[in-house]
Amino acid sequence: MTAAFSNEEMMTVAAARMLPDGAVCFVGIGLPSTAANLARLTHAPEAVLVYESGPIGARPPVLPLSIGDGILAETADTVVSTPEIFRYWLQAGRIDVGFLGAAQLDRFGNINTTVIGSYHNPKVRLPGAGGAPEISSSAREVLIVVSQSKRTFVERLDFITSAGFLNGGDERQKAGLPGKGPVAVITDLCILRPDRNTRELTVSHIHPGVTRETISANTGWAVRFASACEETAPPNAHELEVLRALKARTAAAHAEGEAA
Amino acid sequence: MAEWMKLKDAVSALVRDGDCVALEGFTHLIPFAAGHEIIRQKRRNLSLVRMTPDLIYDQLIGAGCAARLTFSWGGNPGVGSLHRFRDAVENGWPAGLEIDERSHCDLANAYVAGASNLPFAVFRGYAGSDLPNVNPRIRTIECPFTGERLAAVPAVRPDVTVIHAQRADFKGNVLLWGILGVQKEAALAAKRVIVTVEERVNTLQAPPNACVLPSWVVGAVCVVPHGATPSYAHGYYERDNRFYRAWDAISRNRTSFTQWLERFIYETDDFSDFLALLSKSQDKAAAQ
Repeated sequence: MTAAFSNEEMMTVAAARMLPDGAVCFVGIGLPSTAANLARLTHAPEAVLVYESGPIGARPPVLPLSIGDGILAETADTVVSTPEIFRYWLQAGRIDVGFLGAAQLDRFGNINTTVIGSYHNPKVRLPGAGGAPEISSSAREVLIVVSQSKRTFVERLDFITSAGFLNGGDERQKAGLPGKGPVAVITDLCILRPDRNTRELTVSHIHPGVTRETISANTGWAVRFASACEETAPPNAHELEVLRALKARTAAAHAEGEAA
Repeated sequence: MAEWMKLKDAVSALVRDGDCVALEGFTHLIPFAAGHEIIRQKRRNLSLVRMTPDLIYDQLIGAGCAARLTFSWGGNPGVGSLHRFRDAVENGWPAGLEIDERSHCDLANAYVAGASNLPFAVFRGYAGSDLPNVNPRIRTIECPFTGERLAAVPAVRPDVTVIHAQRADFKGNVLLWGILGVQKEAALAAKRVIVTVEERVNTLQAPPNACVLPSWVVGAVCVVPHGATPSYAHGYYERDNRFYRAWDAISRNRTSFTQWLERFIYETDDFSDFLALLSKSQDKAAAQ
């Protein structure tokens, strides 16, 4: 028997499941942080969460609102400076999994978080790169978690902030990026994985209750489905309970902080 | 040796029109009091450097202090856009803003190069990214030993760096802890350094490997309690998330921002005056 769940809960649970126990994970704020902490509180208690603000091995009891919340420092094995995080830990190859979000991505898992329109005369100025270009290149593997829509999944990016597979095939390798690149994109509708040869993101799992038509209608390119496309296992009672408790604790803690 | 000064006097003496200025603090210990004082003293034509512009630079940009911005992530953390930054980049209001855009890894390394008195930083980065195509300062260099292509960027060398820390002793030795970001590097990369602190103590009682800036690398040190509000000071006060959310509406249009600037910055004498007004207005908002 499975409980009722939202698409967003399915996305977070599916993303959390991708993180192996014991993995050293460089965590972006927002959805990636929620998924990584859910993993740590369920099947991956030994996952090491690294945040770009400096905490290594953070175990926050509630989700941080910003990338540098005090709770990350207080619960970490150690807190190092930001240059050290990027030099000794990320660049040196000590990160197994980079967990990223995206404003826009294309069929080869390239990410845009910089501008919509032209760079020098942008229609929309997005926040910019942050740590993503080097996380996406130096982490051994990259997981991307993002809500799916035609606005997000676009045929052509106006700007590549962080490289996925560039134009596909072996272009990423040729460009000299050390890590493997995106191994999965987890959305509120499905899971996509790169095709072995072309590296084009291909639907491998469809979330329960979602149709192929819905996925196609929310993708800006003619999305392909793997021949062995499966249904994603729905969140189990334990996953939902832990996720909901985490969110409730987070809401209560931040409300309390504001009343003080 | 650091000189104990009032913040007003420190900004007046050490921050000049046209300077390259870095106010650092990675979500934690953001020197808001100093930012406000720079706005109050109407500094102009500044080249601002900061990894995460945050609300502090949204305020400086909207107030017309900046001509140029070097940055790596320009959002309102956990909330959304920096509207004043976007208005400057998208529409040139209140003036055009030249941008020098990098990644976090780049700027962190560029501060290290500045602190090390090196001309440039070298790191493994930007492969496959379009950023080097739009920013001529991002270049590549070949490793003379292995031939590997690596990213190279000029060192960050601010005229003035401003940071906020938890404590300083009477001599002006500064102690900070918690999330350290790039503050130490930013201070050591600069020609002049202003530090605001929560409190002045007799002795720092810092363990041997603590992050201490010795008095003789600091120009001015100023006591400004709650000087990092609405960001936080580990061990002293929490981040004011309510303000970060409220900023979205305040900064969204030019009129409400200009009114805020007038009332909260220009019409207040100093940061304690600002804090008193802020607390009064937040109480009023909570009662509604």
